[in-house]
Amino acid sequence: MTTPSAKASTLRRAWDRAWSVSAIPLGAVFLALVVGAIIMIGSSIFATGTFDPTLPITAYSALLQGSLFSERALVSTAVHAAPLVLGGLAVGIGFKAGLFNIGASGQFLCGALAGAYIGATLANAPGIEAVPVSLLAGGLAGAVWGFIPGALKAWRGAHEVVTTIMLNYIAATLIAYLIVGPLGAKGFSFARTGDTGNASLPILIGDEGHLGLLIALVAVPLAWWLLWRSTLGFEIRTVGANPSAARYAGMRPGLLIVFTMSVCGMLAGLAGAGEILGISHFMNASYGTSIGFDGITVALLGRAHPFGILAAALLFGIMRAGEGLMQISTGIPVEIIDVVQAVILLFLAADVLVRRLLRVRAARVAVDELQTVTRSYGEQAVR
Amino acid sequence: MEVLYGIPVLGVFIQLIAYLVQVIPPFGFIILGSATPLALGALCGIMNERSGIVNIGIEGTMLTAAFFAFLVAAAVNAAFPADPIGLFSATPALVVGVLAGIVTGVLVSALHAWLSITVRADQIISGTIINIAGLGFTSYLNRLIIGPNPRAGAGIFSPIEALSGQTSIPVVGWIIDMFLKSGPIATTMILFVIGLQIMIFRSRWGLRTRAVGEHPRAADTVGIDVIALRYRNVLVGGIFAGLAGAYLTLEANSSFQNGMTAGRGFIALACVIFGRWTPIGAFGAALLFATSDVLGSVVQLRPPTGDLAQLGSILHAIPAEVFSALPYIVTIIVVAGVVGRSVAPAAVGQPYEKESKAT
Repeated sequence: MTTPSAKASTLRRAWDRAWSVSAIPLGAVFLALVVGAIIMIGSSIFATGTFDPTLPITAYSALLQGSLFSERALVSTAVHAAPLVLGGLAVGIGFKAGLFNIGASGQFLCGALAGAYIGATLANAPGIEAVPVSLLAGGLAGAVWGFIPGALKAWRGAHEVVTTIMLNYIAATLIAYLIVGPLGAKGFSFARTGDTGNASLPILIGDEGHLGLLIALVAVPLAWWLLWRSTLGFEIRTVGANPSAARYAGMRPGLLIVFTMSVCGMLAGLAGAGEILGISHFMNASYGTSIGFDGITVALLGRAHPFGILAAALLFGIMRAGEGLMQISTGIPVEIIDVVQAVILLFLAADVLVRRLLRVRAARVAVDELQTVTRSYGEQAVR
Repeated sequence: MEVLYGIPVLGVFIQLIAYLVQVIPPFGFIILGSATPLALGALCGIMNERSGIVNIGIEGTMLTAAFFAFLVAAAVNAAFPADPIGLFSATPALVVGVLAGIVTGVLVSALHAWLSITVRADQIISGTIINIAGLGFTSYLNRLIIGPNPRAGAGIFSPIEALSGQTSIPVVGWIIDMFLKSGPIATTMILFVIGLQIMIFRSRWGLRTRAVGEHPRAADTVGIDVIALRYRNVLVGGIFAGLAGAYLTLEANSSFQNGMTAGRGFIALACVIFGRWTPIGAFGAALLFATSDVLGSVVQLRPPTGDLAQLGSILHAIPAEVFSALPYIVTIIVVAGVVGRSVAPAAVGQPYEKESKAT
């Protein structure tokens, strides 16, 4: 029988736990916004012509207005958050296996091109076939681009940080070549793929809320289930925590690394295909993305936990959706958001600052759990 | 030599060498120029990695230094306009700009050092922070400060002599010519490469640095201050990245564009790995990558003709993108150990904790 006080203490314990997990990330975001405000005040003379200490207030409220205060703004926030969820998972699931996937942007671009090209090829096919096939092509292309560094790490001991950085640039060059050359559509004034037509994702809510939102939303519980409720997930986390122990327990670290990197690549590739099929409906040769760095930030802010990643992605969705209105109405360039993003990462990496400045006591951040990641850099560890 | 062109497969290779001998001399200074930021960035990477710190933030460090070098030079030039004097047509603004670039490089490196040595944060994350912040902060300030003043700037350093003809000394004439047509940072870069090579492998400091990078615990046991040495080396590395940045805005270009490093910091990282963590090796890699990059456009400008027609048709069939992606492809091949493995210093990426503290 549960007495009211016992119930209260359970609640209290749950609250304590939630606070201890989220205190540092929340503190980091808060402090980063403060730093952003200080930079805005410092540079207000250039933005508005006068020294204006209230500029951060107007800027941040414009940001919120552009991202939360209307139905249109809310949909825009969700549209911006969807690829960040997938990108965050593409980095976060890797973290759980002790892998640092810096290659999300290359995987994203490969997925985007495959989605765009297959989509354009199936532009006149019925949507019920064209949409899933194009998305699948995107996920597959991303998975291939994730498989390469996974295989190189598992079988050749090449560190994934080096190989994924290089693969990002190879992907960008390859895509420029393919779109200017063999995969480009004819009859346009600039190099691009054809229109995706019927393969474009259906709009579910508002003017731009496409099917990709649903995919991102479904991916979160799926990733959680994979990591914490499946045998495979247990093995992945064991390899991440201690590859030698995993090997002694009869697991195969090499295969698990290849599998994890492929899944990460698939998620990033899906994000890429979703962006093309859901928003632009074609891809030009200079198409770029910041999903690589954004994914790292989102994954770290969400402590590499799928639900944490969802929350972090929504936060960044708010910033990305509102930054345009902020720039128009206050003259603060949108790049301030990148600065805030970097400062969030800084406070997460140096969480000792957050503890001192805000006097919080909480569990250490995911960064700490990741120490295995760079430790293998010099040793060519896993074989 | 022409008689050898007909040999299958090997003949094409000989043709390629003949073509390179023919086209590299006139384009030598361009190759040296595009190798300069790569080699300087690689020196920054070597200073870090030899002492056990991963630095993927070279790109961001370089970009930030490029911006502040340009900004300070432009401000000094606006306040104290002066005529170019002496060698390299240096002005006070340009010299102060280079110093500002170096100081910026050192400051950004100080952040990296603090995060990875004192806080013992993940060094890849620290590098990522520098890359995001470098791009974001410089783009932000560029749009606010330089954007409204498009004519801001302080000009650029000039070569020692920009003669159109080539020096008439046979065989090595073009090498001398290459340096005569290069500015101060590109020229001194060679000295840094040679100096650092000797320092790392022949000096007491170099031995200690390598010890700290390979086995910090052992180095600590024999009385080397691991923390202080790592700090010092990362900060000195910042000087090189700062110079690389200053080169971009004060010697190669006379303006700053958002994200103008365009992946050079990552190619520098590739040079470090391809050059097996040695300055001379990294410089060779930088030259190779720069040649490959320049070759992509040279093939368009001066296609191989006559005896070399066979090579010409092959080079034309290769898309220019292959030449620009070459550094990245080669690096993957090297780290995968397909053609000779390149192995990093053993302690790279591991934060060092003194034993007395840990227990």
